[in-house]
Amino acid sequence: MNTSLVKYILHLGDTTLILAQQNSKWCGHGPVLEQDIALTNISLDLLGQARNFYQYAAELMNENEKSTKDFIQSLGMQTDEKITEDILAYHRKERFFFNLLLTEQPNGDWGQTILRQFLYSRFQYYLYEKLQEHPDTQIAAIAAKSIKETTYHLRWSSEWVIRLGDGTAESHERMQNAIDNLWPYTGEMFLPADFEADVKIDFSGLKNKWLDAVTSIVKQATLSLPENENKVYMHTGGKEGRHTEHLGYILTELQYMQMAFPGANW
Amino acid sequence: MKFSIRKFYYGDIPDEKSGGTDYRAKEDAATWPLWEVFIRSKQGLDHKHVGSLHAADAKMAIENARDVYTRRMEGVSIWVVESKYITATNPEEAGELYEPAVDKIYRHPMFYKLPDEVNHM
Amino acid sequence: MAAAAQEKIFTTKIETEEKIEPKDWMPDAYRKTNLRQISQHAHSEIVGMLPEGNWITRAPSLKRKAILLAKVQDEAGHGLYLYSAAETLGMSRDEMINSLHEGKAKYSSIFNYPTLTWADMGAIGWLVDGAAILNQVMLCRTSYGPYARAMVRICKEESFHQRQGFEILWVLSNGNAEQKAMCQDAINRWWWPSLMMFGPTDSESTNSDQSMKWKIKRKSNDELRQQFVDMCVEQVKVLGMQLPDEKIKWNEKRKHYDFGEIDWNEFWNVVKGNGPCNKERLAARRKAHEEGQWVREAAMAFAAKRNTKKTAA
Repeated sequence: MNTSLVKYILHLGDTTLILAQQNSKWCGHGPVLEQDIALTNISLDLLGQARNFYQYAAELMNENEKSTKDFIQSLGMQTDEKITEDILAYHRKERFFFNLLLTEQPNGDWGQTILRQFLYSRFQYYLYEKLQEHPDTQIAAIAAKSIKETTYHLRWSSEWVIRLGDGTAESHERMQNAIDNLWPYTGEMFLPADFEADVKIDFSGLKNKWLDAVTSIVKQATLSLPENENKVYMHTGGKEGRHTEHLGYILTELQYMQMAFPGANW
Repeated sequence: MKFSIRKFYYGDIPDEKSGGTDYRAKEDAATWPLWEVFIRSKQGLDHKHVGSLHAADAKMAIENARDVYTRRMEGVSIWVVESKYITATNPEEAGELYEPAVDKIYRHPMFYKLPDEVNHM
Repeated sequence: MAAAAQEKIFTTKIETEEKIEPKDWMPDAYRKTNLRQISQHAHSEIVGMLPEGNWITRAPSLKRKAILLAKVQDEAGHGLYLYSAAETLGMSRDEMINSLHEGKAKYSSIFNYPTLTWADMGAIGWLVDGAAILNQVMLCRTSYGPYARAMVRICKEESFHQRQGFEILWVLSNGNAEQKAMCQDAINRWWWPSLMMFGPTDSESTNSDQSMKWKIKRKSNDELRQQFVDMCVEQVKVLGMQLPDEKIKWNEKRKHYDFGEIDWNEFWNVVKGNGPCNKERLAARRKAHEEGQWVREAAMAFAAKRNTKKTAA
């Protein structure tokens, strides 16, 4: 088994799972019914993507080889049970989650949730565009299926960024705060982790494209990026399992049932 | 719960017949207008009225319609129009508008009796 | 046309099962009854998102999470369809929501009960949605056109809700001892409140008579409740669980199951605001609305700017 590849798949799955989990907290609490429904659709899409990645990772991890067992153990999981999407989501602790730090940041207000979605969707779109050509056909297939969803998330969140940035004085200020809060978590997206060494992606090219596109929307929204946006201190570690304090709580909630009732079926 | 009824969109009845027409709703700056949604369920079919929703602008109305009314693959094309732009006939006019068509039975194919040999024409 | 003549046309339509449409003449009381009922129904869908929403982040598997999320989202959609139907009667959604938030409008009391364990997701699906569906199927034939159409759409979408609930309980009832206990406990807690969902007994229901005459309602509270009991008694056997009522017994003469007396004292207390979660539910709805104010304002401000730009260009 190619452990880098599996770790990469977990990274993709974790990122979409955590964002889905965060967005899902809005269900029933949105600013207006129509948007409550819209964000829940996005949450469902992301959850579906996570499941696709996990199911594929599980398939690879069920090979009966010593190295595979060692790998499973290195992620803090039991080797005597069959790996499933739920084992991967519910039985891994925070140091073995590889999601982007951006996705675990708090929902904050509607503006911050929108901006988080936009920054990620813009990145996800460019990334999955490349992943569609990934030599691993399964990854390529998941990326191809997901990118249609991402295209809509991007359209929806871009419009909201513009609408709120160029709305009222209050909404403008809230969006500007959201940018300042979240920007330090964007750098990590373009710093390849060890397991990304084989992923043939030009990260600096990706970053330039992303930055151009983000800048253009931010400008239309009459907002501004932090001064010297390239020099802002960027937090890293998500891809290596070193997270912000938020993830622990997110997982506590997410994994509660499986932790409280080990081995039960639901 | 006290009800005050007012005319505010095409579906409402004319003023003289409604209850409390002196009522003024507090229009707040955050109220999104109402839109009517029409969806083509598949290629080859007409757009059909499916319901309404609220949105701040046309772009948002289209997206809201997508998110609200096509969650189960109900559509391939969406029209939205702000409800206030719809003009509708009144039920009282039904007589003059629709009844004159009732006795024009010669417009219908079954009016014509043809020999059996060609009756499937 | 004179009011008397209008009323005659209206009555004939009701009698001949022709639907009443928004622009048709209708008695003020018919309009108000429909407005009250449809808006209450809409509020129930929206408030009803909260007890189940409580478990979205803690759903025990990814599949269950997706199902629950989709289901709670459907409820938002149903609330939206119903608000739209009510709006055709001449009241804006904002006004309806305001009266909910001011505590003037009612919603189904069932949602004032807490969801304490995962099994409650199953019990709500099976019992609460099961009770709601009986009511909703009846309402597909209600006399007001927009309401009936909204109900048809809702019934179509609801069909998976009860099934997923029963499936949750089915899995629990086949699980370990703790899961079985959790399953029985949820049924115990949700059974009586579900029976209360059908409302007061017919002899005490103030709105029932006129609503039946106008064909807004097509079956009485007690009729629907009996139908529900008969259905559940059979289904609970499949689960190998018990309904918490020793008086449930087949009555050969009535060809129905007899059942125990509902605690009407509890019913009226919850209706009056003293249920376990009345305060929390309203507070959550108010909070969402208040915190959304700046978002809704900004969207309108932006739409106005965009319009001005278009006009200027």
